[in-house]
Amino acid sequence: MSAEKILQKRALYWRRVRRLTAVLISAWFLTTFVFIFFAREFSALTILGWPVSFYMAGQGLTVLYLLIIAVYIRRMGKLDRLLENEIRDAE
Amino acid sequence: MPNSAFFHRLIRYYGWYTLGFIAFLAALSILEKEGFPRAWIGYMFMFSTIVLYAGIGVLSRTSDVSEYYVAGRRVPPMFNGMATAADWMSAASFISLAGGLYVLGFDGLAYILGWTGGFCLVALLIAPYLNKFGQYTIPDFLAVRYSGSNNGSMVRVLGVLATVLVSFTYVVAQIYGVGLITSRFTGVDFSVGIFLGLASILVCSFLGGMRAITWTQVAQYIIMIIAYMIPVVWLSAKHTHVPIPQVAYGSALAKLSEREKALNLDKGEQQVRTIFLERARQYEEKLKTLPKSWEEGFQDAQWHVDSLKRGNASLIEIKAAARALANYPKDPAEARRKWTEARAYNLARSEPLVAHEEPFPGKTREASDNKRNNFLALVLCLMMGTAALPHILVRFYTTPTVKAARRSVFWSLFFIMLLYITVPALAVLVKYDIYTSLVGTSFSKLPAWVSYWASIDKINPLVTITDMNRDGIVQLAEIVMDGDIVVLATPEIAGLPYVISGLIAAGGLAAALSTADGLLLTISNALSHDIYYKTVDPKASSQKRVTISKLLLLVVALVAAYAASLKPGDILSMVGAAFSLASSALFPALVLGVFWKRANQQGAIAGMLTGFAVCVYYMVRTYPALGGSSINQWFGIAPISAGVFGVPAGFAAITLVSLLTRAPDQRTGALVDHIRTP
Repeated sequence: MSAEKILQKRALYWRRVRRLTAVLISAWFLTTFVFIFFAREFSALTILGWPVSFYMAGQGLTVLYLLIIAVYIRRMGKLDRLLENEIRDAE
Repeated sequence: MPNSAFFHRLIRYYGWYTLGFIAFLAALSILEKEGFPRAWIGYMFMFSTIVLYAGIGVLSRTSDVSEYYVAGRRVPPMFNGMATAADWMSAASFISLAGGLYVLGFDGLAYILGWTGGFCLVALLIAPYLNKFGQYTIPDFLAVRYSGSNNGSMVRVLGVLATVLVSFTYVVAQIYGVGLITSRFTGVDFSVGIFLGLASILVCSFLGGMRAITWTQVAQYIIMIIAYMIPVVWLSAKHTHVPIPQVAYGSALAKLSEREKALNLDKGEQQVRTIFLERARQYEEKLKTLPKSWEEGFQDAQWHVDSLKRGNASLIEIKAAARALANYPKDPAEARRKWTEARAYNLARSEPLVAHEEPFPGKTREASDNKRNNFLALVLCLMMGTAALPHILVRFYTTPTVKAARRSVFWSLFFIMLLYITVPALAVLVKYDIYTSLVGTSFSKLPAWVSYWASIDKINPLVTITDMNRDGIVQLAEIVMDGDIVVLATPEIAGLPYVISGLIAAGGLAAALSTADGLLLTISNALSHDIYYKTVDPKASSQKRVTISKLLLLVVALVAAYAASLKPGDILSMVGAAFSLASSALFPALVLGVFWKRANQQGAIAGMLTGFAVCVYYMVRTYPALGGSSINQWFGIAPISAGVFGVPAGFAAITLVSLLTRAPDQRTGALVDHIRTP
């Protein structure tokens, strides 16, 4: 009984992990794609003296990548704890 | 908790180490003030850092399997991040990247994006699962995950082949870099430089394997980051009055754009550009009248030599004329090739400046669109290649837990970012400095660094300035610069003492050695663990396995050093291709191995072969040095980005073949469930 429940919980955990991964990978891809594909259009804009496209390619996107990984670590930490609790409850 | 005690001890060690290094710098700069000769400062940096790395190797010597292959799986995330960053940043990142950005402007930023964004893929798709799997190499993972019949040995062999091919081209380039740096800064012979560097790599990895490499790489990262930051901070303070280059170079970029516009309108610049345009036109003329123009030119050159000899000209003049005759194209076909090149070269130098900040500059909308597509393709290739380079991925076996593996990817990207967001700043600041202080000075007052770096390599001088229009003033169009000069000469351009130049050399050496260390170990481990232990002699004792691995390391290192000492131009240009090859062969199999249970052995074999074949086919068809031509390009994508075709082909082949063949057995399903659970 409980073994089956643990399996269920694990499957649920994996579905959540997969969703999180899909969301973050899309964020990674879309930001990269949009800022490169429309770089010529963005370069007319400036923020604090920087042309937006040069800033994003030179450091903005890199900082964003770091943020994506930070969000992943936090969310995964939560999902891991959730699974631990659920398995403990199931036992 | 022993783990946190270990962490704090490491912090203390490396803290003292950093302070010691700064004291060493201070001592050397005092010595320089006292009149210590420059060459000796160069020697001091080279030898003391090499001895230091060897020393760490001796202290961390081991013959335990787990320590030797994966550093005992107890490296704290932050330190694994630092080691990965050093492993990641090669001689090319340290020495050549800023120069590339200087030359390419916005379009060079593809490398910054590609070499950082890949870590998102590593973090989300690969590293945690590899850590949970907990074996020793990348072929290990592929073979166990795709073990159908005969234990997955076919997949294992393919994995080893891909690993060795990719890592070997890469390591040759690193060893080449070691030779270049030591010969440029200490004046020792290129091949002597190679073997000095090799000695340090070997002492380190031979004695202590992954454990020694990890602790050396952390030390090397600290030297790299100090070496890169000091001159940039100085330049930034000089030009923007803010000593934080990453924040301040926005204002330098605006000033640079102003300066570019002014230079494009400058009379002297236009004069020089007209001269180049005229030269290009002359070559055009000669090309049109081939083969007659070739014969005439040949006779002219001969006649010139004879008349000089008769006319009692100076020996130098006669020698120059004789050299011109000797270099004259041997036949009309060679003349066509050489003159076409010369015409293109002169045409390029007659072009007006392109704004540094402008994305995808092109004469027409189509040309610009093509540049955008190539930028995008290159970024994606470099990112997927990052997530498939074996020497980076094995680092995530060394952290104690899955959670630590995730956090260590974060730290890796953090430490890589520190350097990578500084690189565009350095390119802009140096460009602004050269455009304002070198351009416009008179030839009698050239700064010392120009003559110094012009004399370092006589055959391919790093910088040459010729007074084309004979007005005695330096015009921008008269300067020819190798990109590497941007990093190599920055301390002198910024007006810093020679100690900082020595420090740059030490940093470049650290970058090359740390990457070479990781690559050599990856190659020898793949050969010893996957080929010898898993395929040839599965009953080998752990003592024997480590010994074999060490012997192989020695052999691979010597072969790589020999290959580097031949100065192979082709291998060096293949390093960029390594990313496309790695991504096409390994990325689909690694990702689907975790995320798609249905992927089976036949699918993996088909995927790895197809991805690799498509990538190689595209390169051969389109890369001129391999006999290809750009007419064969698909969608105008350059051969370096062949991975954008290889990766989808690989994914498609795995999916298709897996679905057409039997689903993998229950054991594989259980394994996948196991690595998916934290």
